[in-house]
Amino acid sequence: MTINLDPRVPAGPLADKWENHKFSMRLVNPANKRKFKIIVVGTGLAGASAAASLGELGYEVEVFTFHDSPRRAHSIAAQGGINAAKNYHNDGDSVYRLFYDTIKGGDYRSREANVHRLAELSLNIIDQATAQGVPFAREYGGLLDNRSFGGAQVSRTFYARGQTGQQLLLGAYQALMRQVDRGSVKLHTRTEMLDLVVKDGRAVGIVTRDLVNGAISRHSGHAVVLATGGYANVFFLSTNAKASNATAIWRAHRRGAAFANPAFTQIHPTCIPASDEFQSKLTLMSESLRNDGRIWVPKRAGDNRPPNDIPMAERDYFLERMYPAFGNLVPRDVASRAAKRMVDAGHGVGPLQNGVYLDFANAIDRLGRNTIAERYDNLFQMYERITDEDPYQVPMRIYPAPHYTMGGLWVDYNLMTTIPGLYALGEANFSDHGANRLGASALMQGLADGYFVLPYTIGDYLAEYLNTDPVPTSHEAFGEVEAGVRERVSGYLNTNGTRTVDWFHRELGKIMLEHCGMARTESGLDKALAEIPALHEEFKADVRVLGESESFNQSLERAGRVDDFFELAQVMCLDAKNREESCGGHFREEYQTPEGEALRRDNEFAYVAAWDWTGDPGSPELIKEPLEFENVKLSTRSYK
Amino acid sequence: MNITLQVWKQEGPDRAGRFATYQVDDIEPEMSFLEMLDILNERLVSQGDDPISFDHDCREGICGTCGVMIDGQAHGPQLGTATCQLHMRKFRDGDTITVEPWRAAGFPIVRDLVVDRTSFDRIIEAGGYITVDTGAAPDANLIPVPKDVAETAFDAAACIGCGACVAACPNGAANLFTAAKINHLNLLPQGQAERWARTEAMVEVMEEYFGSCTNHGECEKACPKEISIDFIAWMNRDYVKAKVKNRRLMGQKA
Amino acid sequence: MTTTSQRPKKAPFPVEFYRSAVGKKWVMAVTGVIIIGFAIAHMLGNLKMFLPDVNGIPDMDIYAEALRSLFSPIVPEHVMLWLLRVGLIVAFLLHVHAAYALTIMNRRARQTDYQAPRNYVAATYASRTMRWSGVIFFAFLAFHLADFTLGIQPAAPETWEHGRVYANFVAGFQRPLVTAFYVIAVSLLGIHLYHGAWSMFQSMGVNHPKFNAARRVAATIISGVIVIGFIAPPLAVAFGYLK
Repeated sequence: MTINLDPRVPAGPLADKWENHKFSMRLVNPANKRKFKIIVVGTGLAGASAAASLGELGYEVEVFTFHDSPRRAHSIAAQGGINAAKNYHNDGDSVYRLFYDTIKGGDYRSREANVHRLAELSLNIIDQATAQGVPFAREYGGLLDNRSFGGAQVSRTFYARGQTGQQLLLGAYQALMRQVDRGSVKLHTRTEMLDLVVKDGRAVGIVTRDLVNGAISRHSGHAVVLATGGYANVFFLSTNAKASNATAIWRAHRRGAAFANPAFTQIHPTCIPASDEFQSKLTLMSESLRNDGRIWVPKRAGDNRPPNDIPMAERDYFLERMYPAFGNLVPRDVASRAAKRMVDAGHGVGPLQNGVYLDFANAIDRLGRNTIAERYDNLFQMYERITDEDPYQVPMRIYPAPHYTMGGLWVDYNLMTTIPGLYALGEANFSDHGANRLGASALMQGLADGYFVLPYTIGDYLAEYLNTDPVPTSHEAFGEVEAGVRERVSGYLNTNGTRTVDWFHRELGKIMLEHCGMARTESGLDKALAEIPALHEEFKADVRVLGESESFNQSLERAGRVDDFFELAQVMCLDAKNREESCGGHFREEYQTPEGEALRRDNEFAYVAAWDWTGDPGSPELIKEPLEFENVKLSTRSYK
Repeated sequence: MNITLQVWKQEGPDRAGRFATYQVDDIEPEMSFLEMLDILNERLVSQGDDPISFDHDCREGICGTCGVMIDGQAHGPQLGTATCQLHMRKFRDGDTITVEPWRAAGFPIVRDLVVDRTSFDRIIEAGGYITVDTGAAPDANLIPVPKDVAETAFDAAACIGCGACVAACPNGAANLFTAAKINHLNLLPQGQAERWARTEAMVEVMEEYFGSCTNHGECEKACPKEISIDFIAWMNRDYVKAKVKNRRLMGQKA
Repeated sequence: MTTTSQRPKKAPFPVEFYRSAVGKKWVMAVTGVIIIGFAIAHMLGNLKMFLPDVNGIPDMDIYAEALRSLFSPIVPEHVMLWLLRVGLIVAFLLHVHAAYALTIMNRRARQTDYQAPRNYVAATYASRTMRWSGVIFFAFLAFHLADFTLGIQPAAPETWEHGRVYANFVAGFQRPLVTAFYVIAVSLLGIHLYHGAWSMFQSMGVNHPKFNAARRVAATIISGVIVIGFIAPPLAVAFGYLK
């Protein structure tokens, strides 16, 4: 069955589309809202804000998180800030400029109408969060402070020290807990969604596993909302939390939800490199460090003298050399690729030769240690805590790491996937960031989806099902899915192989980083596409998961997640192979300008690549949603 | 380096627990404490032994999921640091390290080092929010908040909900957690409308699960975000006032 | 806040307040202030042991008589003293009851104790031994009342006589064991106050960045002064300076 990718973008001028759409959508009257039951999976920014808002409206909401509390979701780790086109600083910002910057930053691979709506709603998010008590940074007059972030030319980033994600998530979490207290939202903690139930082509419920006692249970609703985050953990080493996974969206994909642009992943250039084979995750250092730090490697490959013993003449300040105009401030993807080239050529530094130096010696000489401390001391302390090296004395070592995934479940303008009744929000969908996400935009998108988009658009779908009951969980559609889940869970326990889940995950990550990471080639992707299924077969035959399913069993939890990553990894590689161009976070070495810059091929690839499950992870069906740009002119980036 | 670990093993909430001893050889000082546990678990699974269950997620000290007692200290010997950011170089080769779960009646043990902290959610549910339905907010700059007020509110709001304060408290009290949230909201102009009702409700739910504060100050030292016990004093003051004000506002019928 | 408004509350406000642990701690702090006030007054009174006789009557005895006839003749003799005594007894009882109830609550809050030794960072010896120092001192008080106030044998010296405070004092502390017990008890009180006189500020919410550091200083001074002031006269007796 070929699915129809109708983005359902409303007609009319760009700036009026959302307003017109809100008016034209069907409404559910307040007294009828309680007759609808909505299942929300995930309690990060998008999930918590959606569940709270739906509860306030009067819907009967059930919300699920695999954490012990909704407050733990990885939205909490976002550092930098959240963009909003408030123009509080009178520096020429506007909704249109935020829209334009986001489209351009995404390298023209996102939908204009969605992005414009996001820019419009950015205003409401700041209002909402402030009213909730989010302690944003203030100026002395008591009004909100802004900073410029990620190379933006206007100051539109609102922030709460280096913990903006935490404060915004706590705001949404608290709003959610208010609804839990009121009884409008039922909260299921330590409960993981393991599959989606689809009946007559509609999403009607989910099957979950209670992580404490292993109970598999069925939950039915009029609609299902997935806000389960991104899939950067497919690389094993990423800046994501350890438990972040793709199982919810991957299971939905297998039930018929198209997966869009899986190859669009973002690599963040300033992370602390791995210190050993057993490194479990990578820690991000704010990208603001590049404002004053100079990035270099030794000119001679394999030079392992301590950095301060290497004379100036024997250092290669490669970003300054390659990009004289922007120097160390080139965009994330450009900086990341340059660092990778240096390390690949044997110039890597540190015990494992897997990093490049980010040196503050010049800045300290020029500005004084105090100024540098004022700007970065908290980051320097964090670095020292992790590496035991003092960045005031020794250059930092940094290396790029997977950070964010722009791809996700395909959704229309209403955030509905290709399965009617199934919605995807936040990083779980593909909608707004195109091929590359701008700094401080992830928080904005998650909250826009949850607070201000879904609560409107879901009513339009539900209105049709007024006075119908949710499909009873005793229905055979639930029975079949539950049987499948039980089989999967017991399958891992009965394999009795020799290798741990983490071993397989780490091996998968190595393949993905090597061939589907910062730079991709057709031959590399072909290699990955041969290695991944082979490793997956080995996983199925040789994984060792101990214990039982009826109790708290963390290896068992991970087994299912890694199993799904194997399949997702294949479609990521296929998508990367199919997209014979370089754009945003996707860089194909075959497609670069003579200067080594990304070469976009708008005539052939200005489309969303949505992949439909065919039963074989190695051969999904590609469906294209053409992207039309009526308001912005496509241009090429240059940083020389 | 080589270390000996004594880890609390307990199969379930109602099962008896015990310390199990593990010899962990050839680990790197650069590893984090949790990576050391990862390695131990990999080795245990390879040998066919039951791995150690422990809670963790972001591994950068912000989600509040991790947390164990290490050598009798919540989150281990390094102050202002969550367990996930503690590194093995803080220990010496040959050390014996004792690892125990948080112990509090409000945090029943789930398995091994994993405890159930949903009682914290119950405290937030009781009033740890500002009532503002989505869409009802006025413009963000309508209400100025003095910079120092915003900063102090942030100091309190920095709480990650890990439970170390309860774990470290000789009385098993959750006053630092509760005070942090109460003060975050009570300090801000936006939080004034519900100030007294919030304080009363949150304190009373807290006391259903946890012990009482006797001002030892252990919580402050255990807190990975170094939240000050000054907030506990301010909560106490607000609670006394709330008891009077709430009754007056509600015509003595509360 | 549905939780608050829906919860039925029957008792009057002070009872409701005392039912909460924060309320009990507030009561402990306030009664602590009363007890400290009494202790300081009592200590100052004891120092009259060092003053010379007035017309052949020990200054201490005059002071004692003055206490008995406080505010007399506005109120009959002994009335004011008894009012003060009742207030003090109520304060003690509340202090002890609150401590007892909170101890029970805290035991319930950690049913299973840590199985490995704890490594305390901030908790002091004083803060962790509050209930022991308190209980032992309370036991001492019983003896002390029998010894000096009530003159019950064998706690009191054989020569005890109502109203002859100076003589009773000297006779009392010429017994080395009694003096030792006294010194130990007062030292425990000092340890108790080292934490308590600081802790009460926190419990009452008296906290301001400008004088927070002074709270610890104040507590140290209060406990030091009380220990020295109380120990000095008995030691003077024990070493034969006062006869």
